[in-house]
Amino acid sequence: MSRLPENDNKNRIDHYRRKLLGAGAALTGAATLGPGVFFTSIARAKPDAEPVSSEVRWGFLIDTNKCVDNCDKCVTACNDEFNLTGFGRPETDAQWIRTVTLRDKKTGHTTKLPLMCQHCAHPPCVDVCPTGASFKRADGIVLVDKHTCIGCRYCMIACPYKARSFVHETIENQKEYGPRGKGTVESCTLCVHRVDKGEIPACAEACPEKAILFGNMNDANSDIARRMASTASTEIRGDLRLDLGVRYQGI
Amino acid sequence: MKDKSKIQSAGLIAFIFAFFSFEVIAGVPVPDIPEAVKGEECVEETGFMRRNHMELLSHQRDDTVRKGIRTSKHSLKNCFTCHIVKGMDNQPVTAKDPRHFCRECHDYAAVRVDCFQCHTSIPGGAKTTGARP
Repeated sequence: MSRLPENDNKNRIDHYRRKLLGAGAALTGAATLGPGVFFTSIARAKPDAEPVSSEVRWGFLIDTNKCVDNCDKCVTACNDEFNLTGFGRPETDAQWIRTVTLRDKKTGHTTKLPLMCQHCAHPPCVDVCPTGASFKRADGIVLVDKHTCIGCRYCMIACPYKARSFVHETIENQKEYGPRGKGTVESCTLCVHRVDKGEIPACAEACPEKAILFGNMNDANSDIARRMASTASTEIRGDLRLDLGVRYQGI
Repeated sequence: MKDKSKIQSAGLIAFIFAFFSFEVIAGVPVPDIPEAVKGEECVEETGFMRRNHMELLSHQRDDTVRKGIRTSKHSLKNCFTCHIVKGMDNQPVTAKDPRHFCRECHDYAAVRVDCFQCHTSIPGGAKTTGARP
């Protein structure tokens, strides 16, 4: 079904209008902040009618040194954001983010880190999906299109990070922006509904230590890119060469 | 005796006439489509919407999920800004309730939509429950 021509026209006008407004806002921002100082975070929201672009690569940089023992605020924030209520069955209950504690057997040193979908540039879940439901958006966010997911769970097997969950039960308390249903696979969406509005994901927002830094890895001026350039960071199972969208410091 | 049978047959004719005229006036039962809460017109012309709303919705769905296009005109979310039915408690009814806007026609046409297996069927969706064992 193609769009009606007048809609297209209207969208185009809106698009230009938004661009103009955006440029105006950017100039105002620059003027108030002073020369050379720009808000380089994701304050700039994408216009609604514009598709996401591959010029952007959203990602997390997680500083495990800041991750505090006995804190699970990122996990709680995620569960609240999408109403991931459990059924008392930890083996199968939905889990989009979890905390993992690593212990160095030799030294006994422990490291705690939050682990979610790593939003690979070469996602194995997408490779194995028989229906094309598992896909990567142009801006690097790996998602499940639940309209085409048949619940075969190949992606869950393929994922090296065990990032995906299968919905076993009838769900009734969905959020408006977070549809979830029985018989489909789901995982961290990088809070795509927030990101498209120019906001940061719920876990990053909730972290009291600011251990989770969200941003556009492709933008050399972004906080995340600058910190990645200045401090050492690594991928979990980097040997798989999946080019992850989530990088860690301190492991 | 003759009169009585005359009255009887007249009564019968009247009854038959009344019965058929009632049928003609009432016609076949049609779904009672709930009025939109606000606005004079739908996002497209009403007749077009009745025939093509599913096409608009699935087009928008793919654009939103795959490309991140979040225009609201043809979104499911936008339907519920106007098409809500409130229950006795003055709260919008969910798709579980046969009075729900979508169900009014879909039940009539015996078409079961699976949108609401995943999507919320009320404006705003569920509130945070925070309950997790």
